[in-house]
Amino acid sequence: MSRRSFASRILHGAVFATLSLGMVAGAAVSTASAAEQYVPLPTYRVGPYASSGALWWAGTIDYFRYINEVEGGIDGVKINFEEFETEWSPDRTVEVYERVKSGKNGSPLAFFFTHGTPATYALIEKAVADKIPLIDPAGGRTESIDGTVFPYAFPLLFSYYSQASTGINYIAQKEDGLDKLKGKKIVTVYHDSAYGRATQPAVELLAEKYGFENIQIPVADPGNEQSPQWRRVRELKPDWIFLRTWGVSTVVAIKTAQRFGFPADRIIGDVWAGSESDVIPAGDAAKGYQALAPYPGGTGFEIHDRLKKHIIDAGKSDLRDTKYFGAVNYNIGLVNAVLAVEALRAGYKKFGARPLNGEEGRWAFEHLAVDDARLKEIGFHGLLQPLNITPYDHEGGGAARIQQWDGEKWVLQTDWIKADHDLLRPLIEAKSAAYAKEHGITPRNPKTEE
Amino acid sequence: MTDTTLTLDRNTSQPILIRERKSGQHWLWLLLAGAYLALPAIGNEYWLNAIVVPFLILSLAGIGLNILTGYAGQTSLGSGGFMAVGAFATYAFLLHLQLTFPVALFLGGVIAALVGFLFGLPSAKIKGFYLMVTSLAAQFFLEWLFLKVPWFYNYSSSATISAPRLDAFGINLSNSLGKYYLVLTVVAVLTWVAVNLVRSQTGRNWMAVRDMDTAAAVAGIRINHSKILAFAISSFYLGVAGALWTFAYLGSAGVQSFGLSRSFQILFIIIIGGLGSISGCFIGAAFISLLPLALDVIAQTLFAGRVDAGLLQNIQKAIFGALIIWFLIKEPDGMARLISNWRSRLSIWPLRF
Repeated sequence: MSRRSFASRILHGAVFATLSLGMVAGAAVSTASAAEQYVPLPTYRVGPYASSGALWWAGTIDYFRYINEVEGGIDGVKINFEEFETEWSPDRTVEVYERVKSGKNGSPLAFFFTHGTPATYALIEKAVADKIPLIDPAGGRTESIDGTVFPYAFPLLFSYYSQASTGINYIAQKEDGLDKLKGKKIVTVYHDSAYGRATQPAVELLAEKYGFENIQIPVADPGNEQSPQWRRVRELKPDWIFLRTWGVSTVVAIKTAQRFGFPADRIIGDVWAGSESDVIPAGDAAKGYQALAPYPGGTGFEIHDRLKKHIIDAGKSDLRDTKYFGAVNYNIGLVNAVLAVEALRAGYKKFGARPLNGEEGRWAFEHLAVDDARLKEIGFHGLLQPLNITPYDHEGGGAARIQQWDGEKWVLQTDWIKADHDLLRPLIEAKSAAYAKEHGITPRNPKTEE
Repeated sequence: MTDTTLTLDRNTSQPILIRERKSGQHWLWLLLAGAYLALPAIGNEYWLNAIVVPFLILSLAGIGLNILTGYAGQTSLGSGGFMAVGAFATYAFLLHLQLTFPVALFLGGVIAALVGFLFGLPSAKIKGFYLMVTSLAAQFFLEWLFLKVPWFYNYSSSATISAPRLDAFGINLSNSLGKYYLVLTVVAVLTWVAVNLVRSQTGRNWMAVRDMDTAAAVAGIRINHSKILAFAISSFYLGVAGALWTFAYLGSAGVQSFGLSRSFQILFIIIIGGLGSISGCFIGAAFISLLPLALDVIAQTLFAGRVDAGLLQNIQKAIFGALIIWFLIKEPDGMARLISNWRSRLSIWPLRF
């Protein structure tokens, strides 16, 4: 009996302590003024992807803080960001979306970062009904580039098809011309999931056009053991490998490739296989490994100097360990934040400097244009590609640089390499038309909207 | 301590299970009326779509697994896989046969039942942990199947399915209220069926098999028949829950939504709620799906910005885990039993002896 009462006393004590502490703290909550733009962030600081998530959100939050505290907001409108933990689970992200979609403190929701392809898929129809743009840079549903069918989905920067095309263009550059691709063997080792398969139609098309041999080798999730795959690679003796893995499967792939004697500098990783956490655990095996970088790593960009001065050195960074300043995942966060900020800036110019709603947010993203001069002004030159988003093209960029791991850091090898948009566009339109047909959507005509 | 539930006005000629058949019924009607009329009036879209709908669907999945594990005593870790069967089959009926949603949903459930029947066949030969391993194989096989064969997701590049349309005999259900009523109706009907099923001869047979299959066989119960029937009916429930999860809650889902972690989630629902209890499924689903949200909202309103967000999340997880352990130590038979104990204690309070 005494044991039980002891346990319950502890429990009650803990509950009371939590509640009373919370009430004191709750009383001190300051309410934000209505002139702030509300931006919810569905984070993942715990769960299987926490190691990349923590840096990613730190980048986004640091840039928002920089805008708020150093630049005094966007045209005077500050960003009121709020974190919601989702563990990268689409279920939790859907719940967060429902919780925040009507805005907060008088500010409507101008857009929603989904930060995960499954979450984008889950929300894509709800967002149309609610008129809230979904922002998922370098991810999302590829065919939603076609804004006439998907008015509220923005897979900005670099779609999966563009990844394939840029990868092949880089290989062509290495081989001295697209015509030299004929007869080459290019193996794609991919994570067997929606993400891993997403480039297949594009690679198939490119293989047909340039005459290289396209071999696809799947790795089942989570990919801890890849000997059979790489034994097959050894038998095939490919010229290049396009590595489209994710998380632990990337590290294992790089290590296993070395074990089977395949040189790392003939492997090209895609966006989500090209951060420090993919190569550092692989040790020496990763030396020479290259990756597509729509978000290059490093601190050599102008914005890093500004952040270092105002945020990092001022102790305001969200990073727990500032040695990750400039890591690829951190830079992803920065780029995503600047996309949001620049879009809002375009929107404020049109609608006035006040919090925007979802429809205005869509207009803003559809008129987001960032050229080299602007990139230099905001300090992102070299880190972010020039962008021009239109109602027809919700990707806007479609280029990446190539970075190579030298054993200690990523070294940029090239300038922006563009994907072959003219070639890919019909493929995207065919997919979006099929979606429109399946869901009974009449594509809008942006020309009549203005 | 005396177990008051058994001594309380017990009439030996009457089976215990239907002892309270009439007493609680008007409360149930009231609850149902409240869910149909009052809740949509007081709850906003967030409450209906993001909280009540997933809770109801998880409860339904819990009933599905409880029929198999709680009543018929067959362990299974394949719930996620059977949910996926229901979702993908319903999608196929919607897409290729242009059926109206309730019909497609029913047929999707039937397909799931057939698959459950197939994977239930080994239960004739193996038991316990070994059976659990075969159900695990079913889980992995089904996950692999729905990723490998593009026909199931209509050759979309992402291997996900989304509802072409959501209507019942011409009535559009794709708004939040429509989805809510759809889910509520399906769950209410299937719960009613389940309650009657477990009280029927079939349910008695299951429980006899669960408690001691040799004795059941001696009593003339067809053991294999009962077990496989439990697999089929359980899979029907899970399949319907999977289809609702995809089309009425998420809107679009891939096989990742029905992975092994989903199977575990449903298993936890019935363990926490109570094995062999229909109301326990609802209690368990509430605990699993609502408590993390409640903790999150409390933490968000009280501590946001002052405590490190990652730490806050981990504290929430620790509290959630501690609560599960605490409840299970307090009452290994689940929360349904805990509540019924409280109720019977209250009914004789304060004159306990």
